[in-house]
Amino acid sequence: MEVARFWRTRHQRYQLMGEVCPHCGTKIFPPRDVCPACEGEAKTPFVFSGRGEVYSFSTIHSAPAGFEKYVPYTVALVRLEEGPLVTAQLTDVDEKDVYIGMPVEMVTRVLREDGERGMIVYGYKFRPRLTQPAPEPQHAAEAAAAA
Amino acid sequence: MALMKSERPVGIVGYGAYVPRYRLITQEVSEIWTGGNTVSPVREKAVPGLDEDVATMSIEAARNAVRRAEQVCASFTPQRLGAVWVGSESHPYAVKPTGTIVAEALGATPYTQAADWQFACKAGTEAMQAAIGFVGSGMTSFALVIGADSAQGRPGDALEYTAGAGAAAFILGPAEEALVEIEGSVSYVTDTPDFWRRPHERFPEHAGRFTGEPAYFHHIASAAQTLMREMGLTPQDFAFAVFHQPNVKFPLKVGADLGFTRAQIQPGLLVNEIGNAYAGSALLGLTAVLDISQPGQRILLASFGSGAGSDAFCLRVRRSAPQSGALTTRAYIQRRVPVNYAQYSRLKGNYVMH
Amino acid sequence: MRDVSIIGIGQTPVGEHWDKSLRVLAFEALSAAMRDAQLDRVDALYVGNMLSGELTGQEHLGALIADFAGLRGIEAMKIEAACSSAAAALRIGYIAVAGGIHDIVACVGVEKMTDQPSSTTTSGLATAADAEYEALHGLSFVSINALLMRRYMHEHGYKKEDFANFAINAHRNATNNPNAMFPYPITAEQFAEAKPIADPINLLDSSPIADGAACVILAPTSMAREFTDKPVRIRAIAVATDTVALHDRRDPLYLEGAAISTQKAYAAANLGPSDIDLFELHDAFTIMSALSLEAAGFARRGRGVALALEDEISLRGRIPITTMGGLKARGHPVGATGLYQIVEVVQQLRGEAGANQVPDATIGMAQNIGGSGATVVTTILERI
Repeated sequence: MEVARFWRTRHQRYQLMGEVCPHCGTKIFPPRDVCPACEGEAKTPFVFSGRGEVYSFSTIHSAPAGFEKYVPYTVALVRLEEGPLVTAQLTDVDEKDVYIGMPVEMVTRVLREDGERGMIVYGYKFRPRLTQPAPEPQHAAEAAAAA
Repeated sequence: MALMKSERPVGIVGYGAYVPRYRLITQEVSEIWTGGNTVSPVREKAVPGLDEDVATMSIEAARNAVRRAEQVCASFTPQRLGAVWVGSESHPYAVKPTGTIVAEALGATPYTQAADWQFACKAGTEAMQAAIGFVGSGMTSFALVIGADSAQGRPGDALEYTAGAGAAAFILGPAEEALVEIEGSVSYVTDTPDFWRRPHERFPEHAGRFTGEPAYFHHIASAAQTLMREMGLTPQDFAFAVFHQPNVKFPLKVGADLGFTRAQIQPGLLVNEIGNAYAGSALLGLTAVLDISQPGQRILLASFGSGAGSDAFCLRVRRSAPQSGALTTRAYIQRRVPVNYAQYSRLKGNYVMH
Repeated sequence: MRDVSIIGIGQTPVGEHWDKSLRVLAFEALSAAMRDAQLDRVDALYVGNMLSGELTGQEHLGALIADFAGLRGIEAMKIEAACSSAAAALRIGYIAVAGGIHDIVACVGVEKMTDQPSSTTTSGLATAADAEYEALHGLSFVSINALLMRRYMHEHGYKKEDFANFAINAHRNATNNPNAMFPYPITAEQFAEAKPIADPINLLDSSPIADGAACVILAPTSMAREFTDKPVRIRAIAVATDTVALHDRRDPLYLEGAAISTQKAYAAANLGPSDIDLFELHDAFTIMSALSLEAAGFARRGRGVALALEDEISLRGRIPITTMGGLKARGHPVGATGLYQIVEVVQQLRGEAGANQVPDATIGMAQNIGGSGATVVTTILERI
């Protein structure tokens, strides 16, 4: 059981917390403490909005150990609106509906379980961005009829 | 006096709902287990995805609550949450708090009081009553309470027709900055074992029809009647009434017995579309009502927890809820992907893999 | 620095060696190479391997294989650089001989992949990726390449079937390689209908999981003819790196590590792409062939696939690749692959490639890629 390994990255994984470079303003994810743009030290925490779009994607049919129970599942490179690319799973989506450029948003989900007895590892995934749909006028009548 | 009120008025400054997107048309349960001879008590129920549990559903409901609270109350930030309390009977761990996961995801750590509450389906409302005291005493400015469940029902059991999923989150704070003032509440509890689950058992047991009159109806009616009597209110003073909803029939009947009309109950009656979300059940009814309620309107909320007890609340709307940045309860209900019984069984982990 | 040549080569067939362990495979390749160079002793042994710890619970391969091969006492150690482990071992052997530390050095690449169920092998291969930010999210190594392929098709306007000729060419060449895992041709129809692994990558875009070992023996060029009539000189061997994770790259569709590695090798050899007679590239997936051809200067950005479409990659084409079947059809025992590539270039330069002989092959290049381009070893060899 790899407890400490997951614990130490909880802020990144639960909240999409990365860094912002105090020198040039570049937003950094995953955090790496050195700015990839100006190479200055960059340790200032920055919580990303979680909004982005699909840069590329693939659906996995043959999973690594620990992920077998989730197949088929879709993974993606997501371009965050603040700039960085992030690698993550897509969730709440059917593979045939995914396209490059699809707007997505971050959700916190179960990444994997360390068996029946071990830890549950939570982390970021992305799903198609939800928007408030138009009201559904018939719902009350329908529910009443069913009751 | 059974009525509980805090010294300092407390209200709801933000709320949020979450319902997973999968739906099982519950007549399928009847087809599989009774050859279609049982009429399902609800049309369909919400089913969590493979990567969802009470922690993840709580996080999304809580993020919606935070987004509304940030618009309603200028002084609110997640760091000011003095409590993150999750009521559920399906916490992901038997030992290890769900509240810490939610608090960390919101950025509410480390100076917060994280805890998990448990009292069957009223675990969320009892946390809300405790939070009224926590905020009302001035111990903290804001407290987050969540009712959430990924409800369990043994395959083929009566519970399987209705056991749904969802989460509702509420941020309590000073009433003067709130969307809704909590005017008072009552908790009515006796030792009435109508439903239980022993340690290490996967599925709950229940006492059949015993869960009706002596448990559900008696406790809700007693709590609600006492609340109205001691506050000097009648059903006509309320625009909406929301009850725990294990099926469609029970809340309509207890409401009618108390003198409420179907029109008062219907807007918060979600069970036909999402099933019984256990600790999230009555509280999701409340989020649905808050989405549409107008300033000045009163809402009666009465939960029921097997074992047994009911918490009844009198709420008065101060202002309409902001709807930008957070989806309405109805929007989550409309987001709907039907699954068949075989897919549902996979999502629920009901296949034996070893 | 001394000039270095390859004086002996050896390989086992690539395939599912149910009856052979990792140490036996390594020994067979090593002893074949030593026989080829008429040696009974070497000064040092460098073992390229990626997954022995993950898949066979065995590390410490240097001592293990030296002892098993009857070479107890010599300097020996394992070199790991994911799928480029074998070429990395060659690089270390080269440094030792060129620097005058040792005269006769054996470099063996070995991988034993079939002892584990495929999910374990799949997660083992994913250790080539970023464990915290790719593998933890359930990405398989195949899916990382699939992300590249999907984006490449999107940006450059190719269809899935445009990649078919990389696989068809590799299989055609493998038919004449007795050591190949898949010595049979495939058709465009088979490619189109192959089972998806991580969409858009299907089974016929992918190199197979396999067992195998390959070995070369190095000596100073000044001594080489004591051991062989056909020494092959290492004109250059260069290693470069890039980010392990795709998401950290400035442009994921540009294999910067491969470009730097190739430029360093060209500069050291004082050669350019037009001087290369054949190119054993790292066709773990068809997309990697396209990106390697671009990074190595054989095609402009977005035109790597066009070389396959125009059949410029066949044995008689402008730049023959995967001349003995490549990773696709010879097979890809990951930590051994880089030395299979070198052995095959040596076969071509010695004129021992049989029906697959590239006419008048004088200069050959091999490029072994670790991960999705994070470690790249480019080697230029010359017939002398």
